[in-house]
Order: sequence, then C-alpha cells, then structure tokens
Amino acid sequence: MSGPGDTVRLAHGAGGEAMRALIEDVFLRGVVDAEARAMDDGAAIPFGDRWLVVTTDAHVVQPAFFPGGDIGRLSVCGTVNDLAMMGATELVALTATVIVEEGYSIADLRRVAASMRAACDEAGARLLAGDTKVMRKGELDGLALSSSGVALADRVVRGGGVRAGDAILITGTIGDHGLAVLGARHQLGLGDALRSDVAPLNGLVRAALAAGGDAVHAMKDPTRGGVTSALTELARASGVAVRLDEDALPYTDAARAAAELLGIDPLVVANEGKALLAVAPDAAPRVIAALRAHPLGARAAIIGRAVAGEPGEVVLDTGFGTRRLRERDGDPLPRIC
Amino acid sequence: MCLGAPGVIASVDGDTAVVDFWGVRRTVALDLVDEPVAVGDYVLVHVGFAIRRIPAEEVAETLAFFAAMSAEDLEGLTPPEPATAPAVTPDAEEPPR
Amino acid sequence: MTAPLAFRDVARGRALRARLERAVARAGRTVTVMHVCGSHEQAIARYGLRAAFPAALRVQMGPGCPVCVTDAPEIDAAVALADRGVRVLTYGDMLRVPGRGRSLDDARAEGARVEVIYAATQAAELARATAEPVVFFATGFETTAVATAAILRRDPPPNLYVLSAHKWVPAAMEVVAAAPDTAIEGYLAAGHAATITGTAVFEPFVARHRRPVVVAGFEPLDILAALALLVEQVAAGTAELVNAFPRCVTRDGNRRALAALDEVFVPGDGDWRGIAHVPSGDLRLRPAFAAHDAAVRFADELAEAAAAARAEDALAAACRCGAIMTGRATPPDCALFGTACRPEAPVGACMVSTEGVCRIWHEHGLGAGRPA
Repeated sequence: MSGPGDTVRLAHGAGGEAMRALIEDVFLRGVVDAEARAMDDGAAIPFGDRWLVVTTDAHVVQPAFFPGGDIGRLSVCGTVNDLAMMGATELVALTATVIVEEGYSIADLRRVAASMRAACDEAGARLLAGDTKVMRKGELDGLALSSSGVALADRVVRGGGVRAGDAILITGTIGDHGLAVLGARHQLGLGDALRSDVAPLNGLVRAALAAGGDAVHAMKDPTRGGVTSALTELARASGVAVRLDEDALPYTDAARAAAELLGIDPLVVANEGKALLAVAPDAAPRVIAALRAHPLGARAAIIGRAVAGEPGEVVLDTGFGTRRLRERDGDPLPRIC
Repeated sequence: MCLGAPGVIASVDGDTAVVDFWGVRRTVALDLVDEPVAVGDYVLVHVGFAIRRIPAEEVAETLAFFAAMSAEDLEGLTPPEPATAPAVTPDAEEPPR
Repeated sequence: MTAPLAFRDVARGRALRARLERAVARAGRTVTVMHVCGSHEQAIARYGLRAAFPAALRVQMGPGCPVCVTDAPEIDAAVALADRGVRVLTYGDMLRVPGRGRSLDDARAEGARVEVIYAATQAAELARATAEPVVFFATGFETTAVATAAILRRDPPPNLYVLSAHKWVPAAMEVVAAAPDTAIEGYLAAGHAATITGTAVFEPFVARHRRPVVVAGFEPLDILAALALLVEQVAAGTAELVNAFPRCVTRDGNRRALAALDEVFVPGDGDWRGIAHVPSGDLRLRPAFAAHDAAVRFADELAEAAAAARAEDALAAACRCGAIMTGRATPPDCALFGTACRPEAPVGACMVSTEGVCRIWHEHGLGAGRPA
C-alpha cells in the first residue's frame, strides 16, 4: 500500500485501506507504545487487578437526524461500544465535545443533547464533562461530536485473539444503519421501514461474556466498512482467515430490499448496534442463547468460522460458489447500473 | 448494466404507484409501463420508473422450465421432485415462448 | 418479493451448473462466450458463480457497463460545467469516474455543486425547486434513456438541461461481433435492456454473425440456465435467438417506452470509451428538445472546455480497458491491474466504475489466479 498522498481525501475517513495508511503514515509514525500501535477499539491500562479501558470517537453524519437515531445517540453509542468491544462494560463514564456551526438551531441542539442523555441512560453510562466550540458560519457543516470514555474490564478482549476453529457470531441483522443513513442522505424515499440499529451494546456484551467467559476470544463492532472491514481486521490481527455462510447472514427485509434497490453490498455498510464475536466452538451455543435472550440480540447468529489460511482473508460461501470479501475505500453510493 | 428490481404494486394514483419491495416502499412512475397495472401486480422498476408488468404465470413458467432443464441433474443431488412438480419433459430445449 | 428468492435456489443452481458442465464437455474444447451487461458481471461476482464455472468455459464481459463506455470527453464536459458553477446532477455510478483528468467527485471536492440522484424523476423535482439552471448528466443504456425521455415529455421545468451520454447497446454488440479477431462464440444479452428493446432487435444480429444469443435475467438461476442454453448451442453448432427471461422480455419489447425514446432521442455516431467508434451508438436529444439540451444551452462553455482538454497521459495509454471490454483480454492481462490501477487510484474506466469488470474482479478477489 502506498502512502496517503498529498492531501486528505474523503476515502481517508471511510474506514478502509486508505484510512489505515493515513494512520500508519501520519499518526503512528515514530510511535512505539505497543498499546497505541495495536489499533484496537480502545486501549487498556492495568488498574489494580482489573483493567481501565479508554477510547475516543468522533462523529459527523449527514443528515444529523436519520430514521432510528441521530448524531447524539450515535456519538454516545460509538464510544460505549468501543469500550464494550474490549470487554469493558462497567462504570462507563464519558466526556463529550460539541463543535457547532454558527447559526445552528438551538432546538436541534436540544434534540441532540436529549438524545445523548437518553442513550447514556440506556447504557447506564455517566456523561460527566463536556466542551463546546462554535465555528464561524461555513467553517463546519452543522455539527460534529466527539466523545471519550473510560470503563473497567476484568479481562481485556483483544481484536487479535481469534483462533482457527472459532465460531464467528454476529449479534443481529446486518447493514441497517448504513442503508438507513444512505437512504436519508440521498432522499431515496425508502419510507420508514429501514431504520438505523444504533444502540449501546455494553449490556449485550456483558451477557455474552457472562455466558462465554474466556471462550470469547475477540470482539469487534462492524461500523465503517461494515462486516467486511471488521472481519478483515480481526482476521488480519489474529493471523487467520474467515469463512462465512451466506445463508446464515441475518438481515431485516427492509435492509435486504434497500441493498438490492441501491445496488449496495450490505456487508460493506456500517452497523452501529451490532458486534462480531469470535467464540470457541463448544461455547458458541451458550453465547448465542445468552445473546438471543437480550432484547438487542434476538437475531444473533453463527455466521461462519475462523480457519487457518491467508491472514485477513474473508471468503463468503454463497452456495453457488465463493467470493472473497474485500474492503472498499470511500462510502458506497447508490448505483443504477 | 441496469439495476432493475421487482416489486409489488401497493397502490396506484394516476401516473404513479407506490411499489413495495420487501417492505420498503417507493413511489414509482408509471408512464413507461406498456400495459395497465393494478394493486398486487409485480413490476420491474429501474431509475424510478416501472418498465414492465411481470406476469405471475411467466414467473411460474420460467421456474418450471428451469426445473425441467435441470431435472436430470438434480437427481442424486437432492431428494426427487415432489409429485406436484410441473410436468415438462426433462430435456426440453426450448424455453417458454 | 418471494419470486426472486425462487431464482436463487441453491440446489437448483447446482443442477443447472451440472447441465452447463455437460454442455461444455460436449463441446470438447474451451468455449468463449460474452455477456454484455455490468449487472450480469455483478451477479456473477456476488453469487460466486465465476469460481464455479466449468474450467473450459470462458465468460467474457463485453461493453455492457454504461459508465465504462461513457467517453472521457463526455465526462470532461460535465466536469467543465460543474467547474463553471453550474449545478450538476448525476447517478452515483458516474460520480467517481474520471474523464481525461478529473471526475465529478474531484470537482465536488474542490467546491463544485454536484449531486447524486437515484431516480430520473428527481432531476425534474430538483430543477422545479429552483430558478437556476440545473444540468442532468444523463448516462446509461436504453433502459435508463427511456426514463430521461419520460421526464422530458411530461412538462419539464424550463431550467432543466440534459447532458446526454445515453447509449444504444445493440450498436456496440455489432462492433464487437464484427471485430476481425473476435473469439466470441455466443452472447448473453442483457435482460433489462431487452425489456425495452425486445428480442427482435437481435434477430438480424444472429442472422448476420451466425452466433447464438440468449437473453438472460439477473438471478443466479437465470444466468446459469442461460449459459447452459448458450453453450449447448455452441456445442451443437447452432445459432439461434433464445429468450430465457420471458417474465420481463417479449419479442416486441416495451413499445410505449420505445415510442418515448424515439420521440426524444435520435441515434448518432459516437466514440465509446475503450471501444472506439460506434456507428449509431449514441443517443442525442432531438432538435424538438433543444430547449432542454445542455449541449445547446452551454455550447460555448463546452467548446471552450474541449479546447482546453488535457491529453491522456502515459498510464492511460497502457490501460487495456478497450481490449477487456471487447472480450480480447481479461483484467489480469493488463499490466496495470491491481498495481498501478486500483480502486483507490484508478486509471481506466473499468476500475473506476463499481460496475466495471476490473473493479468487480478486484473487489471480489478474482484474477489473482485466472478463474476464466
């Protein structure tokens, strides 16, 4: 992979190869701290006999209000979920930075704030500190949020922990958030059947860890770049390949229909309320049972397995044949061809 | 070359219709479709226009034809076809129509 | 939507593939066929069909991606208008495709007003909501052109201008079939385009070139069955026109849509990117619609932009999109494929377009070995 080029482009923020190149080349150049270089969802610091996990996340989304959520909910859930993916689900505390454009509606800002509070309540998280900056008109498109969070973990779950033979689980349906936002952004008139899945996952993850214990080898939330990017990263970091079974992939009818209508692969669009888990095969049934018993995990499913193979290779078995899932750079666009 | 999706007409209002694609509803223009359409009809939609009413009998006929084409090969791969399978000669070389 | 699922039945698909294998075996040699449709390539990739094709079957992709064959100067024209501050609407497929220099997305990143639409009707709606000129950069084959025709026939807002890059597929099939070094023994015709044109348009083609044509739909069973019907003809030495997509395609096509197309557009000779000159391959607005023709309204701006157009660079000269789209090469045959030409840094249109064969092969990991 070549360097990031001379100027920042949108693809550098889309969660794929270009973004990794930018981070490696610009932000991690000369950095030796192994915890930072791990590029996990968060970082873990020893804290007595437990771990303190810290993370930070920034959100811009067009439109800021979309079916099923808004940028406020997205910001809180994004940070809560990054912590949860490391196994840190308790005593979640957040800070938030709000950067807003001059002229932005106070009523909209109230909606965003209320939504952040509601998401915190849902997660049992405390939003304890914040900062607000106002940019001149035209210097920012509306609103940008950033939140940082800390939480405690008894055991840190690492992205590189997948072992060949592990069952790959997803906690629910695929593609809902990315397709709902795309539909809203391009005013595709897809109605309200298609809704973002944005939700805090710490409760669900706590249930999965309680059921699976050490048998839960790795977790990742398939946000930007979707299931394809998340599994590619997990597999690459763990030195394994992944085989998925198309028949087993859970979708809502609306997401399946939207993906077909827009010509977009639902496996490359963002999810904001789902997690992928790599679980020892004998523990997979009880983890699935625990996930399905939780309101956010009703459609949890075993979608494939990790195998020995080219690290980072993710292959989908369609029944008719196989295809390699590849990360995409740039947001997917609706196509007509 | 052209992404077309089949959907079911949920309602008709003059030259437009609401078409249901697996629960996702879109308003679709009808001024290119070349026969009358009614609620419940399948239509093929491209860039916001219905371009064909898909007759249910054609769908069934094509599925039956594909079944007939592959009947020989299906044996041994899966259990035999149920008795209700369309009676078409297994080696029919001509598709319907 | 239960009907499409029936056309994705895996057991039936395996059985059809077995029949396809027998047909290829009957031919007793390598059989090369061509499909003329990016959506066929998408479906072949999406369902992993290519990996499962018989080893002795080569399925080439022809000039079936409208985005790939839209000529660079046509894209340059749209970019030039966007650069000059004109509001430009286009389908998402076209946004990231570069002309000789930049794409509409590049222009947008530099401040131009470029918007993606998904339905042709949106173009009229967006124009109606403003008084300023709105240019709809209209790309696509006849299936898409009829929608552009429809919006121009129903009282379009006066500030809506169409920059037509619409194309007529049967014209390009002629060019491919007539190429002296063509190795194509049969053609899968695009089912959605044929929904508009009807199958009759292929009758003279079959007679002239003595090659079988099978009109195919887009579900896995449609494609496998159509390929079997095509290869069986190749093996038997017959050349007939078969409609394997009768749920959408008739002999006469969609007469109402064809009438709309004929009222608004007139075929003209034009250059297709990578294919060279295609007689009667371009669809231009008729003089009766000159009031909505961006080529008329912005004639001066477009002439100025054309004069200033940059020459293609050395990389572009090494690009083999043309050979790939005419079935004389597959993506791995191109030295740039996956190296100098990648989705994030595309050289040719086949890599830029999500429907381009190079892009599809790259994204689905094809061409590392040679599946064809």
